[in-house]
Amino acid sequence: MIGKLDIVILQQIWWIICSLVGSLFLFLTFVQGGNTLLWQVAKNDREKSLVINSLGRKWELTFTTLVLFGGALFAAFPKFYATSFGGAYWVWLLILFTFIVQAVSYEFRAKPNNLLGAGTYELFLFINGTVGVLLIGAAVGTFFTGSNFTLNDFSQVTWTNPLRGVEAAFSFFNLALGLFLVFNARTLGAMYLANNIDYHGFPEFEARVRKSCLINFLCALPFLLYVVVSLVLMDGFATDGNGMVSMVEHKYLTNLLAMPIVLGLLLVGLFLVILGVTRTSLARSTTGIWFGGLGTVLVGLAVFFTAGFNGTPFYPSKVDLQSSLTIYNASSSHYTLTAMTYVALFIPAVLAYIIYVWRQMDSKKIGVRDINDKKAY
Amino acid sequence: MGEIDLATVNWARAQFILTAMYHWLFVPITLGLSFLCAFFESIYVRTGKEEWKHLTKFWMTLFGINFAIGVATGIIMEFEFGTNWSSYSWMVGDIFGAPLAIEGIFAFFLEATFFAVMFFGWERTSKGFHLFSTWMVAIGSNLSALWILVANGWMQYPVGMAFNPTSARFEMQNFWEVLFSPVAMAKFTHTTSSSFVVGSLFVITVSSYYLLKGRHVEMAKKSIIVASVFGLIGSVFAAFTGDESAYANGHFQPMKMAAYEGLYEGSKGADLVAMGILTSGKKVGDGQPPFAFEVSIPKGLSLLAKRDFGAFVPGIKDLVYGNEAEGIMSVGDKMAKGKVAIADLALIQKAKKDGDEQAKTAAIERFKVNQDYLGFGYLDTPEEAVPPVASTYYSFHVMVYLGTFFLLLTLLFLYYSYKDTLAEKKWLLVLGFCSFFLALTASELGWVVAEVGRQPWAIQDLLPVKMATTQIAAGHVQASFAIFFVLFAVLLLAEIKIMLKQIKIGPEGV
Ligand code: HDD
Ligand code: HEM
Ligand code: HEM
Repeated sequence: MIGKLDIVILQQIWWIICSLVGSLFLFLTFVQGGNTLLWQVAKNDREKSLVINSLGRKWELTFTTLVLFGGALFAAFPKFYATSFGGAYWVWLLILFTFIVQAVSYEFRAKPNNLLGAGTYELFLFINGTVGVLLIGAAVGTFFTGSNFTLNDFSQVTWTNPLRGVEAAFSFFNLALGLFLVFNARTLGAMYLANNIDYHGFPEFEARVRKSCLINFLCALPFLLYVVVSLVLMDGFATDGNGMVSMVEHKYLTNLLAMPIVLGLLLVGLFLVILGVTRTSLARSTTGIWFGGLGTVLVGLAVFFTAGFNGTPFYPSKVDLQSSLTIYNASSSHYTLTAMTYVALFIPAVLAYIIYVWRQMDSKKIGVRDINDKKAY
Repeated sequence: MGEIDLATVNWARAQFILTAMYHWLFVPITLGLSFLCAFFESIYVRTGKEEWKHLTKFWMTLFGINFAIGVATGIIMEFEFGTNWSSYSWMVGDIFGAPLAIEGIFAFFLEATFFAVMFFGWERTSKGFHLFSTWMVAIGSNLSALWILVANGWMQYPVGMAFNPTSARFEMQNFWEVLFSPVAMAKFTHTTSSSFVVGSLFVITVSSYYLLKGRHVEMAKKSIIVASVFGLIGSVFAAFTGDESAYANGHFQPMKMAAYEGLYEGSKGADLVAMGILTSGKKVGDGQPPFAFEVSIPKGLSLLAKRDFGAFVPGIKDLVYGNEAEGIMSVGDKMAKGKVAIADLALIQKAKKDGDEQAKTAAIERFKVNQDYLGFGYLDTPEEAVPPVASTYYSFHVMVYLGTFFLLLTLLFLYYSYKDTLAEKKWLLVLGFCSFFLALTASELGWVVAEVGRQPWAIQDLLPVKMATTQIAAGHVQASFAIFFVLFAVLLLAEIKIMLKQIKIGPEGV
C-alpha cells in the first residue's frame, strides 16, 4: 500500500517524521536544562541529590531520542548525513563529546571511588546542558543561514571553512537560536522538576525551582525575539521547479504565510510555552511541563517545516547554491523510504509503552526515601 | 572522485578500531548479564526467597555501571559513520541507514524505558511488572545486537541491493534479503551466544574471587550454578554458530578464510592447521613455506569450509592470481574490468551534466557489463586484495582455543557445584577468576578476525576502505582520535575503580 505512494509524498512524510523526532528531542532537553540548574536551585547535598535522581530517570530517553534522530536522518536523508556530519565535523564531534560525558555522570557521580569526584561529574552535566545544547541550536541555525560546502559529481563533500562547522556558532542568528534553546531547556527543566519532586519539607527549594522557571523564560525571550524577527526579515534560499537554487527576499516569511498551518503551529506553540511558564511559576501547578513540552514540540515542528517545505532547501550551501540539499535531492530511494515507512508504523506503539511506563514510575513523586536508596544516583 | 589522503584513511581506521573495540568491552557483558539478571530475578519471583532478591540487586548494580558506559560509547560510532566515513555513508546509506534507524525504534527504546524500571522500580511497580521490565532490558539489548549485526553482515556480504549508475550509489532492492542474509544470521547467533559466555564468565570471575576470599560464599555458589549452566549452553552454541560463520566465510568471503587459516595454496581435501607458527615476512607469491611449524588435521579444512572432505578450498594465491581449473578469476583481471567500469561511470556523470540522454543510456549499457568489478578498479595492485594474514590467523586460533577452554571450564564448574566441593578446588577457582578476562579477549579477537579479515574492503568486493572516508585533512581526525583516547582512558579507569569498589563492598551494600 505504502509502496504505491509517490516518492515525493514519502519524502515529505519522512521530513515530517524526522521533524517530529527532532522536536521531541528538543522537549526532552529538559534533562539538559535541568542539569544546568543544579547549582542554582539546589543549595545542599540533599536537594542536589533530588535533582540528579529526578533527571537521572529520564536522561536515557533524551539520549535515545538523539540517537534515533540521527538514525532516522541517516536512513531517510543519507546525503544530508554524509554532508553535514562529514563536513561540519567539529560541531558534531563537540556535541558528541558533551553527550558522552553526561551519559556516565549520573551513574558514576555518587558512587564511591569514582576517580574524578562528584563535582567533576556535575560539571560534565553542566557542559552538556550549555555547550551541547548551544551547538545543537547553532547546527539547526545553519538550516537557515547556510553552510560552507560544495559537493562533487560523486556527492563527496568539500568544506570550505577551516573551522569545519564550528564557524556556525559565530553567526548572530545561529548563536541566538542556540542561546534560546539553552534557556528554553532550562525553563523546561524547571517545569519538569516542579512536577517530578516531592517538596514536602522543602518549601524554599520549591520556590527556587519555580522562580527559576520564570527567570529563564525571561532570559530566553530576547533571543527568541531576535530569532523570529531575523527569520521574518532575512533573505532565504529557494528552489524553483527545476531544482535551481537562488536567494529570495523574505523567503521564510513567505513560507510562513504560504503555510498557515505552520504559522499556527508556531503561534500555538509559543502560547503553550507561556502557559507552561505561568502555570509553573505563578499558578504553582505541577502541570506546566506538559504545556511547555507540547509547546516546544510545536515550535520545533514549525522551525523544521519552515526550513524544509515550500520549495526550500533545508541544508543550503552559502558557497555553492547548487550544492544545497532539499528533502527531494537528499533522500533515500523509493524502496527504502517505503520499507522505513512500514517500520515507522510502530512508532505509536513505542510512544504508548514509554508513556505507560513513565506514568507507572512517576505516579509517586521523587522523595527523600528514593535518594536514601542504595541504587540512587 | 576526489583525492585520497592515505593518512586520513589510516587515522580514520585507527579511530574506528579504538572506538569499536572500546564499545565492545561493555556490550558483551550487557548482552549476557542482562539475561542472567532476568534469570536471577525469575528465581526470586518463583521462590519468593529474599536472598535471591538480594543477589539479583547485587548483579544489577554491576550491570548498571557497565550499561551506562556501554550506552555512552555506542553513539560514537553512529556519529563516526558520518564524520569519518562520509563517502561510505552516502554510497551505502540507502541500505545501511535503515537497520540503524530500526535499531533505535525497536531496541534502544525498549532498553532505555525499562532500564529505569529495572533500577528504580522495585518499590514503584508490582513484582510482576518489575520482572517483565528486567526481561525487556535483556530482550531489548539483544535485539539491538540483531540490527547492528544485520548492518555489519551486509558489509561482509552485500545482498538485496543494486548499484544505481545515475545517482552513483548503492540502493536497496529487497529488505528481507538484507535482514535474513545467511551472514547476518550467522553473526547474530554467534555474537549473542558468545556474549552469553562473556556475561556468565563475568559472574564466575567475581564469584570465584569471593569463594577464594571466603566471603559471601552462599551467594557466590548460587550465582555460579546459574552462570555455569548459561555459560555452558552459550559455549556449545558459540562453537556451533562459530562453525556456521566459518562455513559462511567459505562461501562468501574465501579470502578471509584463507587468511585466518594461513592457506596460501588451495587444494582438494585441504588440511586444517590445528596449531602452527607462520613464517615471518611471508608474502603471497614469494615461494616461502607458509608455516615454520605446524600440526594439521588431514582434510579438516575442506570439511569445515564446504562440509565435504574432497572439496576444493582456494588459497590466497588462487584468489589473487586466479585458478582457471577451479574457475577463479584473478584479481588482476577483475581490476582491469573495474577500471573500465570506473571510466564508464565518469562518462555517465558527464553525460548527465551535459543533459545528453543518448550518451548516458549508452554509457549505462557499457557500465553494466563490468559493474560487478567496480570496487576492484580502485585497487593499485592485485596483492592489495590480501588482508593482514598474521593478525587474522592468530586471532582466529586463539579465539577457538579459548572457546574450547570455556566449554570445559563451565562443565567443571557445574560438576563441582553439583558435588558441592567447589570451594575446595582452589585451582579451578583461580582459573574461574581469570576466565572473564580471557572471554573478553576472545570476543575482541573475534572482531579482529571478522573486520581485519575483510580488508581492504569496507563493503566486500564493492567499496575499498580507502574510498570510504571523508575528504578531510588527517590532522582533524588525528586530533579527534587523541581526544577519544584520553577520554576513554579516563572513563575506563573510573569505571574499573567503581566496579572494583562495588565488588569489594559486596552484596551487603546493595
Ligand atoms: C567469547 C567469545 C567467542 C568465542 C569463545 C568464540 N567466538 Fe567466534 N567470534 C566472536 C566471539 C567468540 C565474536 C566477537 O562474537 C565474533 C566477531 C564478529 C562476529 O560475528 O562474532 C566472532 C567471529 C568469528 C568468526 C568470523 C565471522 C565473520 O567473519 O563473519 C568465525 C569464523 C568464528 N568466530 C568462529 C569461531 C569458532 C569456530 C569458535 C569455536 C569455539 C569461536 N568462534 C569461539
Ligand atoms: C563492536 C564490535 C566491533 C569491533 C570490535 C570491530 C572492530 C573493527 C576493527 C578492528 C576494524 C579495523 C579493521 C582495519 O582497518 O584493519 C574495524 C573496521 C570497521 N568496522 Fe568494525 N568492529 C565492530 C563492529 C562493527 C559493526 C557492527 C559495524 C557496522 C555496522 C562495523 C563497521 C566497521 C567499519 C565501517 C570499519 C571501517 C572500515 C574498515 O577499516 O574496514 N564494525 N572494525
Ligand atoms: C559499530 C557499530 C555500532 C553502533 C553504531 C552502535 C550504536 C550504539 C548506540 C547509539 C548505543 C546507545 C543506545 C542507547 O541510546 O541506549 C549502543 C548501545 C548498545 N549497543 Fe552498540 N553499536 C555498535 C556496535 C554494536 C554491536 C556489534 C553490538 C552487539 C552485537 C552492540 C550492542 C549494543 C548494546 C547491547 C547496547 C546497550 C548498551 C550497552 O552496551 O551496555 N553494539 N550502541
